[in-house]
Amino acid sequence: MIHKFTQNGYYIVLDVNSGAVFELDRCAYEMLDYIKPGIADECPQELYNLLRDFPEETVKETYGEIKELIDRRILFSTDDYEPFVESLGTAPVKSMCLNIAHNCNLRCGYCFASQGDFGHGKKLMSYEVGKKAIDFLVASSAGRKNLEVDFFGGEPLMNFDTVKRLVAYARSLEKEHNKNFRFTITTNGLLLDKDKIDFINKEMSNVVLSIDGRQEINDRYRINAQGAGCYETIVPKFKQLVEERGDKEYYVRGTYTRHNTDFSKDVEHLFSLGFDQVSIEPAVTDEDYEYSITEKELPAIFEEYEHLAKIMLEHKRKGDKLNFFHFMLDLDQGPCVYKRLRGCSCGNEYIAVTPEGDIYPCHQFVGIDEKKMGSVLDGSFNQELKEDFATATVYSKEECKNCWAKFYCSGGCNANNYLYEGSIRKPHKISCEIERKRLECAIMIKVALDE
Amino acid sequence: MKHIKVVNKANLKETAHKGGCGECQASCQSACKTSCTVANQKCEK
Repeated sequence: MIHKFTQNGYYIVLDVNSGAVFELDRCAYEMLDYIKPGIADECPQELYNLLRDFPEETVKETYGEIKELIDRRILFSTDDYEPFVESLGTAPVKSMCLNIAHNCNLRCGYCFASQGDFGHGKKLMSYEVGKKAIDFLVASSAGRKNLEVDFFGGEPLMNFDTVKRLVAYARSLEKEHNKNFRFTITTNGLLLDKDKIDFINKEMSNVVLSIDGRQEINDRYRINAQGAGCYETIVPKFKQLVEERGDKEYYVRGTYTRHNTDFSKDVEHLFSLGFDQVSIEPAVTDEDYEYSITEKELPAIFEEYEHLAKIMLEHKRKGDKLNFFHFMLDLDQGPCVYKRLRGCSCGNEYIAVTPEGDIYPCHQFVGIDEKKMGSVLDGSFNQELKEDFATATVYSKEECKNCWAKFYCSGGCNANNYLYEGSIRKPHKISCEIERKRLECAIMIKVALDE
Repeated sequence: MKHIKVVNKANLKETAHKGGCGECQASCQSACKTSCTVANQKCEK
């Protein structure tokens, strides 16, 4: 399978199964419409007729080059990966989202977590429950050395003393159990102070700082209980955290809605504030909400991503170290094909734990009773559900099987699939459309920088 | 080649030999955690 597209004046082809990317001239690009694997050694007369806009010599040369790439098995290469699914099976749990606070000090209009409590009442996780969650992770991780714990909410800074104690507890287990904990935290920033910034910068391998971009965009939805926007409060705090963080990873991360499909301006605004690691993502939600992204917005969104790709290309050519998360793509040293077959592996390698100690496949499933997997309090863990999630590979999803992007998105977000399409094995259409466009942009940038 | 440029080393098939050790970072695929693709992840090997 190949994927052909043009963008920013480039003719580009991705060979899906080998991962090879090619930049072509127009003759080669057009010729690929008529080529199938198993082609003859000599260019058939039919091709000269079909491509009569090009000199015969050019057609002949181009045919030879395509034949060579097919023979090298990097063009129209075969998909040999489906048998790997058998060997994947269920895996140890290695990654945990700790919903440390089902409460929030903001009332963001688009919050998927019902303003922090996931519709189940405000509650903070106790140290005892958190400790049991860490114990559960260590006990369920078998031989995995690297374990991830993400402090999430709600707003995790509302329960920061527990965060600190749990980090200390987890660290105390590392040597004895031969584990390496990697902590991350996602925060709206309101409660950041010197002490919290110091702790986060010391202990968290990554931190996600929530801000939507321009002040008027951020303050439209990111408001407190009185309706006031948070931009002016959080920007100085985020700047301080990032300045003191050194080379450690972080992202400022925002949401765009149908009201700011010109979100490249928000990316540029965040760059101008001094943040060089930026992610802006679509509001994924039910189409009935007034802020949701629907098919109607897609043309404008596609155009905007292409515009943003040109902006990023300019920055890269100038040597700026700016990064837009969704255009990050490693064409050479990325994850192995096993990882690409099922992506996040939620419900299998990755779980979320609520303040009550309940286990869900991930933070997006929290509160959905039929997907509750067990409890860290009694150690119960539904193996049937785990098996169901473990086998949700790209080959178990009909739409993914024939999609050119399957080894890059790995079947998408199972929670979005379930919530908006009714099954973890039915990809969420709008998310797929957006993801494919972002991938094309990311590939175009790679091609352009290779000149 | 005059008409086609190979931009990257095509190595997806070779990665199969790494065997899927499972030590790499989990890649949350949802929008809310800023991790949408697996393509931006690093291999631990």
